Amino acid sequence: MINISSPFTLDDAKKLHAGDNVSISGDIYTGRDAAHKKMTELLSEGKKLPFDVKDQIIYYVGPCPCPPDKIIGSCGPTTSCRMDAYSPILLKEGLRGMIGKGYRSEEVINAMKEYGGVYFCATGGLGALISRSVVKKELVAFPELGTEAIFKLTVKDFPAVVAIDSWGNNLYNIGITKYRR
Amino acid sequence: MKTVKAELIKETVKKMCIEANCNLPEDIYRCIRHGLSIEESSEGKKILSDLIENANYAKEQNMPICQDTGMAVFFVSVGQEVYIDGNLTEAINGGVRDGYEEGYLRKSVVIDPLRRVNTKDNTPAVIHYDIVPGDKIEITFAPKGFGSENMGGLKMLKPSDGEKGVMDFVVKTVEEAGPNPCPPIVVGVGIGGTMEKAALLAKKALTREADSKSEDEYYAAMEEELLHRINSLGIGPQGLGGRVTALGVNIETFPSHIAGLAVCVNIGCHVTRHLTKTL
Ligand code: SF4
Repeated sequence: MINISSPFTLDDAKKLHAGDNVSISGDIYTGRDAAHKKMTELLSEGKKLPFDVKDQIIYYVGPCPCPPDKIIGSCGPTTSCRMDAYSPILLKEGLRGMIGKGYRSEEVINAMKEYGGVYFCATGGLGALISRSVVKKELVAFPELGTEAIFKLTVKDFPAVVAIDSWGNNLYNIGITKYRR
Repeated sequence: MKTVKAELIKETVKKMCIEANCNLPEDIYRCIRHGLSIEESSEGKKILSDLIENANYAKEQNMPICQDTGMAVFFVSVGQEVYIDGNLTEAINGGVRDGYEEGYLRKSVVIDPLRRVNTKDNTPAVIHYDIVPGDKIEITFAPKGFGSENMGGLKMLKPSDGEKGVMDFVVKTVEEAGPNPCPPIVVGVGIGGTMEKAALLAKKALTREADSKSEDEYYAAMEEELLHRINSLGIGPQGLGGRVTALGVNIETFPSHIAGLAVCVNIGCHVTRHLTKTL
């Protein structure tokens, strides 16, 4: 198990390899379809992003509403490929890590190799357990998007696996090839 | 004639929304436990035991197993001898509205597929009605997350494509889905009828217990063979490689046309929720 904390620098990224189990602590940012669309629109208009993505990690998640006695509702990862159109633009801005589930496009992997990014996968459908890793939640931008708003989550021992490393090694291909009959 | 008040239906649906989203069905538990005993990959084993822990925790805390509490899909069989006092469809949607609010379930529905504005109460539900003999109303609720819903597929095959064509299409659909639908998955297959009938059958197949068998021996054998082929693909839990890609394959069929062979695959994830209540 490798411990990772934020900010997550290029040096940290280069230490990780596809298949590594990691435990993330510190601040990460939530963002899915609508927030990505808005962020890239801001960039194309020459405006600033609501938070500096440099050396940060974005978690693709749309949590459940938060019950009064909890910090956050169920909050497992959503399918990453819907963010593929936007991720290269954010990687170019310095985004270092992405947490989601499922395949990424060739374009995203190329951008990860070029700028030094890492793609982590968390277990899809593990939303109740993952909620226990979140110790604080703070609204950052786009409250009108509801569950799709950007939140800063302070996490402790958030479990993930390096699915694609900064050299483009892809655990999905490696794992599936190994067990294919 | 038996009278059922719309208010009772609304109340029942509300409770079903919360119960189904927070309690993993027993058949899925069974299948994951069985998967744990045959999985070869250590990462895969860890994921499967995490899934059991997650479901236990969700149940204990009465919180959703997964944050995607889905689009609310219903199969409703209404007995011909039942008089419904009130508006049935409104009662179901009212139950969804209340259940998703009170249960802290995520509202994931947009009012228009292209002009995407959230309806903020997870309505409207997708409701499939059936009129049947008798004096009962049977409601099956199967909330569907779109990580898995997005990975299904439909094909109008030629009759000459036969059994092989059907099986190849099912396996190819699962293979292309890879990690995206949160494996281990349940594979719902609809064969026959018209295009929309096959799609409906595939969804309905997901409301059957994942380890159940078709009553027709011919299709029961096909389910088994498909499960074997799918679990040889190597996708494994979460697509990180392993033996347990699918927990089960359920096939539903309907008579078809001399010129057609429709097949539809609806993939359910490891949180394939289904709950039935009878009034
Ligand atoms: S596919 Fe299923 S387990 Fe995965 S995120 Fe969607 S609802 Fe949850």
